[in-house]
Amino acid sequence: MTNRIIACGALGLLTSVLIGCGPGAKPVDQGAHNKVLNITVGTEPEDIDPHVVTGVPEHHIIVALTEGLVAEDPVDLHPVPGTAERWKVSDDGTVYTFHLRENAKWTNGDPVTANDFVQSFKRILTPALASKYAYMLFVMKGAEDYSTGKLKDFSQVGAKAIDERTLEITLNSPTPYFLSLLNHYTWFPVHIATVVKHDGLTRRGSGWTKPENFVSNGAFRLKSWRLGRKIVVEKNHDYWDAETTKLDEIHFYPIELETTQENAFRGGQLHNIYSLHIDKIATYKKEHPDELRIKPHLASYFYRFNVTKKPCDDVRVRKALAMALDRGSITKNVTKGEQMPALFFTPPGVAGYTARARIEENVEKARQLLAEAGYPDGKGFPSLELLYNTTEGHRIIAEAIQQMWKKNLNINITLENQEWKVYLDRQREMDYQISRAGWTGDYPDPNTFLDMWTSWSQQNQTGWARDDYDALIRKAAVTQDPEARLELFQQAEEILMDELPILPIYIYTRVYALNPAVKNWHANVLDHHPWKHLDLEVKAAQ
Amino acid sequence: MLKFILRRILETIPVLLCVAAMTFFMCRLAPGGPFDEDKQVTAEVRELLNKQFNLDQPLHKQFIQYITHLPTLQSFKYPNRTVGEIISQKFPVSAKLGFFAMCIALGLGILFGVIASLRPNTYIDYIPSSLAMIGICLPTFVMGPLLILVFSLQLEWFPATGWGGFDGDQFFASDMVLPSLTLGFFYAAYISRLTRGGMLDILTQDYIRTAKAKGASGLQVILKHALRGGLLPVISFMGPAIAGLIAGSFVIETIFNIPGLGQDFVKSAFNRDYTLVLGVVMFYATLIIVLNLIVDILQVVLNPKLKFD
Repeated sequence: MTNRIIACGALGLLTSVLIGCGPGAKPVDQGAHNKVLNITVGTEPEDIDPHVVTGVPEHHIIVALTEGLVAEDPVDLHPVPGTAERWKVSDDGTVYTFHLRENAKWTNGDPVTANDFVQSFKRILTPALASKYAYMLFVMKGAEDYSTGKLKDFSQVGAKAIDERTLEITLNSPTPYFLSLLNHYTWFPVHIATVVKHDGLTRRGSGWTKPENFVSNGAFRLKSWRLGRKIVVEKNHDYWDAETTKLDEIHFYPIELETTQENAFRGGQLHNIYSLHIDKIATYKKEHPDELRIKPHLASYFYRFNVTKKPCDDVRVRKALAMALDRGSITKNVTKGEQMPALFFTPPGVAGYTARARIEENVEKARQLLAEAGYPDGKGFPSLELLYNTTEGHRIIAEAIQQMWKKNLNINITLENQEWKVYLDRQREMDYQISRAGWTGDYPDPNTFLDMWTSWSQQNQTGWARDDYDALIRKAAVTQDPEARLELFQQAEEILMDELPILPIYIYTRVYALNPAVKNWHANVLDHHPWKHLDLEVKAAQ
Repeated sequence: MLKFILRRILETIPVLLCVAAMTFFMCRLAPGGPFDEDKQVTAEVRELLNKQFNLDQPLHKQFIQYITHLPTLQSFKYPNRTVGEIISQKFPVSAKLGFFAMCIALGLGILFGVIASLRPNTYIDYIPSSLAMIGICLPTFVMGPLLILVFSLQLEWFPATGWGGFDGDQFFASDMVLPSLTLGFFYAAYISRLTRGGMLDILTQDYIRTAKAKGASGLQVILKHALRGGLLPVISFMGPAIAGLIAGSFVIETIFNIPGLGQDFVKSAFNRDYTLVLGVVMFYATLIIVLNLIVDILQVVLNPKLKFD
C-alpha cells in the first residue's frame, strides 16, 4: 500500500517536472518570428531619466526610448537627422540652428517643440538636480555658470527657442564634435509636463520614469520594467520614422555574471552575450566564430601614478616603470582579447587622431633611469603599492606587471585589492601610490581623453598639473581649424607621455557574442547600435 | 503560551534596534559613498547630492528618520524605487525559491535519513549517507553550473536562467526546477544527516521496543513513534535553515539570474545604498526572529519534556 503511494507520488513529481520541459521553441527562435530581440546590457539600469543617470546600460535603454536633435548612422555613427530634420551652422562655428520636424511627437501625442529642448537643458543644468553628467553641456554658452549657480537667469544661456520648431544653440567656441555630442543622452529631451506632474524637476526618483508615467519620443516606448527581471520596450508606431523600425519589441535583461550570460545565450534565451569571459574566447574562436565579436573600443586601460608621493613623484621613476613593461605580452598572454598594447593614452583613430607620442619599451634605458633616480639595480627602492579594485581580471594584469618590474628593474611592489567603493574613495583622496584605472570616451574625439589631465579636471586624481598642458587644451577648445586643433592635442599628448602621470597599458576591445540572426548590427568604437535599424532573420527551416 | 509569545515579542524590540544601529553606523563608517563612481563628480555636485538625499543632516537625525520611515525611503542606487517597493517585489521570488527548496530538502532529507537509520552501517546506510556527504561538500556555485551544463545545455530539459517563464508571471515554470534543486540538495544533505542521527537515538529507546512488541508494523513504528522524536534535531535546524534558504540564495540567484532579494542583500552593501541595506537587513532580522519563535513553539508542542518558560 505505502509502496504504491510512494510510487504514485514519485511518478506525479516526475511528470509535473517534465511538463513544459523538452526542447520547445527557444526565446531566440520565437523572437525571430515575432521580431522580439532578447538582449542583455549587463547590470540593472539605475533609472532611465537621461538627466540623472551616468551608466552604459542606461545608455542602451534610453536611446531606444528617446531621441535627441540628431541620431546616429548605424554603420559609422556620423550624425544624421533625428528630431531635427535639418540644421545650419554659423560661419564661425558657434551658432547652430536646428529645425525640428513637424511630425516629431511624444508618446502622449504632444508635438516635440524647441521649448521642450530648452526646458530639458535647463533641467539638467539646474544646480538643485545635481546631475553628475551636467558637464557634458558645458560647451554651450553660459551652461557651466548656470549649473554652478553663478548665473541665475537661464535666458543668458545659449539655448533659445526661436519659434515652436526652431532651436538655436550658441556654443562657447566652435566645437567640431558638437553634433556627435548631441547623441549623448544628457542632451536628450524629456517631457517636461510629465516631469513636473511628478515633481521631478529638481529631484531624483519622482516616479516619472515608471512605465505607467513615462513619456518619450523615440523609436520605442516603455512597455514594462520589472526590477531584476527585464525592461520591455515596444515599437512606437507614432514615431516619425516608424517605417524604419523593424523590431516589435526589445527585452533588456539585467544579467551581471558573464557565465550566466553565456549560459542563457547557449540555452537560446538571449541573442547576445554582453561580455564574454576570457576563458571562453578560445573556445568561441574555434567552435562559434560566426557568433564571436572582438572589436576595438573607445577606452583605455591604464594606471595612475600619485605624483605627490614617493617614489612616483620622480619622473625618472615613472618613466622607468613605464619602459620596463612588455605590453604585448600582457595582451597576448593575460588579457587575451586582442587588446592593443598602448604606448600612448588616446585610442588611435579617434576623429582622425592617432597620437605621435610613444612610450619606448626599453629595459636597458629603464634601468638607467632608475639608477639616475638613485636606485641602481633597484637598490634602496622604497615600498610601492599598487591599488586595484577586487576583480580577477585586474589581479592577473597587476601580477604580470609586478613580475615584469621584478625581473626587469629588480624592484618589489605589493598589490592591494579593495572593494570598488573603497578603491574609488582612496583614489579620490589620493591615498595611493599607483592605482588601476580605465577610461571610456564620452564622444569620439581626443578631447574626451586629454581634457581629463588638466589641472581643473575631477578625473585627474594624480596630483599632476602643467600650465603648458592646460594651455594647449584650452587653446584646442577655441581652435576652429581641424588640423591645427589636432596638432594641439598631439603636443598635449607628447607632454603627457613625457611626464607620465599615468601608465598606459592597453586599448580595450569589446569581446562579446551575437546570434547571427541579428541583422544590421555594425561594430563601432562606441559600441552604439541604433535599435531602430536592427532586424532579426528567421532561420531557414531545417 | 500567550505570555511566552508576548514576552518574546517584547524582547525583539531592543534586538531590532541594536541591529538597526549597527547596520546604519557600520555602513556610514565604511569608506566610499553612494555617489562615488569611476567618473568623479565635483565637490559642489557631491554637496548638492548629499542635500537631496538628506545626507547633510546630523547622523542621529538621519538614523531616526531612517528607522521611522524605512519602507518609504528611496533607494540610492535605484532612485525611482522605495525600499518597501524593492523588498515587496523581490522577496516573494526569494521566498518561493526557498519554499520549493525546502520541500525538496525535507522530502529527500527525511526520506534518506530514515532509510539510512534503519540499517545502520550497511549499504542501505552508506549510499544515502555518502550522497549526503557529497551534497554538503559540493558548494552551490559548483552544483548550479553543473546542473545547468547537464540539464539545460546538453539535455535541454530546463532553461538555463530566469524565473517564472518568459514573462516571469507563471506560478510554476520549468526554469524554477534547477535552482530549487540546487538549493534544496544542499539542505537535504544536512537534514538527512540530522534525521539519521536523531532516528538512531530514538530507535534504540525502550518505547520503540515496546511498540514493536505490541505488534505495531515497522512503518507504523517509524511514522507514529520514532519520527516524532527523531525529527526534533531537524525542527531546531529548520528555523535558521528557512531563514538561510530565503536570505542565502545570493549565489543561486546570481547563477540563475533570479530576481530575488538575496542579490540586493549583498549588492546594496557594495553599492553603499544606505537605505536599502538597512531595509533588507531589518527585514531579514525580523524574519529570523519570527521563524525562531515559531520553531520554539513547535518544539514545545512536539516535545512534551519542554515547557513554555
